[in-house]
Amino acid sequence: MKTLLEILTAELDAPVSPVSGTFPATVPVCSVPRERFAEAARLLKRAGALLAAEWASDETHLGRGFGVYACYRRDSGYLIVCAALPLDDPSFPSLTRRFVPAYRFERQMHSLMGVVPDGHLDPRPWIKFEDWPEDAFPLRKTFDGSQALPRVAGEYVFGKAEGEGIYEIPVGPVHAGIIEPGHFRFQAMGEDIINLEERLGYVHKGIEKRFESLSWQEAARLAGRVSGDTTVAHSLAYCMALEAMTGCMVPDHAQWVRAVMLERERIANHLGDIGAICNDVAFAFMLYQTMRLKETMLRTNKEIFGHRFMMDCVVPGGVAAGLDAQYKAVILEELSAVEDEFERLVMIFDENSSLEDRTRSTGILSAEEARDLGMTGLVARASGMQLDCRKDFPFAPYDRIPVNIPVMSAGDVHARAWVRIEEVRESLRLIREMISTMPKGQRSAPVGSPAADTTGFAAVEGWRGEIIYWLQSGPKGEINRSMVRDPSSLCWIGLERCVLGNIVPDFPLCNKSFNQSYSGNDV
Amino acid sequence: MIRILYQILRTGIKTEPVDLPADTDIREIGAELKAIIDRHFNGSLTIRQVDAGSCNGCELEIHAMNNVFYNCEQYGIHFTASPRFADMLLVTGPVSRNMEIALKRTYNSTPAPKLVAAVGDCGRDGGIFGKSYASLGGIHEVIPVDAVIPGCPPSPADLLGGILKLLKNKQ
Repeated sequence: MKTLLEILTAELDAPVSPVSGTFPATVPVCSVPRERFAEAARLLKRAGALLAAEWASDETHLGRGFGVYACYRRDSGYLIVCAALPLDDPSFPSLTRRFVPAYRFERQMHSLMGVVPDGHLDPRPWIKFEDWPEDAFPLRKTFDGSQALPRVAGEYVFGKAEGEGIYEIPVGPVHAGIIEPGHFRFQAMGEDIINLEERLGYVHKGIEKRFESLSWQEAARLAGRVSGDTTVAHSLAYCMALEAMTGCMVPDHAQWVRAVMLERERIANHLGDIGAICNDVAFAFMLYQTMRLKETMLRTNKEIFGHRFMMDCVVPGGVAAGLDAQYKAVILEELSAVEDEFERLVMIFDENSSLEDRTRSTGILSAEEARDLGMTGLVARASGMQLDCRKDFPFAPYDRIPVNIPVMSAGDVHARAWVRIEEVRESLRLIREMISTMPKGQRSAPVGSPAADTTGFAAVEGWRGEIIYWLQSGPKGEINRSMVRDPSSLCWIGLERCVLGNIVPDFPLCNKSFNQSYSGNDV
Repeated sequence: MIRILYQILRTGIKTEPVDLPADTDIREIGAELKAIIDRHFNGSLTIRQVDAGSCNGCELEIHAMNNVFYNCEQYGIHFTASPRFADMLLVTGPVSRNMEIALKRTYNSTPAPKLVAAVGDCGRDGGIFGKSYASLGGIHEVIPVDAVIPGCPPSPADLLGGILKLLKNKQ
């Protein structure tokens, strides 16, 4: 089978030039003339590729204008296609006609970088709010990120369903419970949801701009705080991209410890989610039981790694602390206890007919919709898509310890809960195998500084799904751009779709079954 | 149903006395917290949690205060969805520019007298996000703050200890 790069080179009616200084070598980067940027997307879509990310970079310090980048994924291959934009005319053809995820990516690029997607149907800002000055483009090098912005007048206009009997429900940003802020605008007819529009960006903290003022070492801490519930996966993706750029060979021991932490993070979060889904259908018993198991795991994390969520435990070049025999025994003993309790709870989950009644056929995202919308992670796997970076883009030890990927076809709340259950089981198995095969050795290796004008890419399967980091060094080898793509940037749109035709009181349940990150999306 | 009852029975009671870092008598402090809440809040301290820009780390730990180990309801602490019912706001930060107005509105909707605790290193001073075009820094930059509970994130025990300290200082 031809690779995406071969297909593009053969079929595009314009030169496709490989870009040098990009790492790792397994992820090719090529440039095309900007007027063929969307044509490349058409060809790659025809070849079965999905759009994983799209972003822009201000490359004036590197003696160029702006760069726009699109990252495509098909099976186990990634391809990054870029185009150069001149400073005086930073526009490019929109990919929205081919790929739904481009819809928000390009609004964000326009809002924060000021590059203009030609042919995009929605001119409203994204992440940037209407009360920002229109010409404030924080990711441009000319923008001073340390200064506060004035507020201007402006109004965000929501899409609207109209007709007799249709009413509107605004929710958030400060909404029920202990939860991150976001706004949801419903139009409903009786109990049925006719339309839902999400408005996100409330927790935009300027993370991507902040990266550019930090050293490569400090930036690892920031990556660990993009989304606090996914701190291991985010810092791992950042570190892997940096290590690719600097040619750092991470010791095997550290690779294994990283994977153990990644799987522990997955189990802890899935346990919390399974309980929370049950709690939303008034089965509080399960929430208290799974939160009990989660708490015991967090305490073990604290004992072994020194932090309940393992923040700052993945560092550039390796891990902050290795695992010795004593702690391996602690982990194994705990796994058995958690597994025993978990299986009892799964039995109760499975036998509870009122729970099944509420979760089955609620919030269906069909396989076709999931593919069209470009879903990733557990949401994709609950809708029949078999994707997982641990299999598709394997790094040690996943290249030696194969992962079984659970895939369900129903695409409803039940399937998303059940994918989590299967993933907890698989992660328990993986940790056992990792512990038994863990090589001895150093906990980290020295990391050099990246050369000037190079880029690094990494994709890591966090518990929500594929996390992508793309780093670019400037003329002095400093951070010129750090692109963060949490799976939430793709999957939030799936929630908008899956609730249509469901009743309003089922929205919290659907939302919980997705449990996307606000902070990771808003960066 | 039999399985559920059996599981409840074999799990037993997991709630433990709160493990505060100081060398004071833990049970005494737990009792003190309850005594203050009983006396000044008629047995129930109601909290509205506001995420003003957090990474969600602090939220996970605030959730954990409710789990069976900490069971903050044993002291009369519980969470409400509406700020209009709240005695205290537990605010995580940094305050993002995009949440500034919502935070002020939430504060103004909370009836006086009210208490505000800034949670986490970011709630204290913006933490690693600092002050920028998008982050206004600590909670005190936007609304009056009565106490800070530092940590990244503060553990459930830190949170309970911090709330107690705030109540004692306000007495």
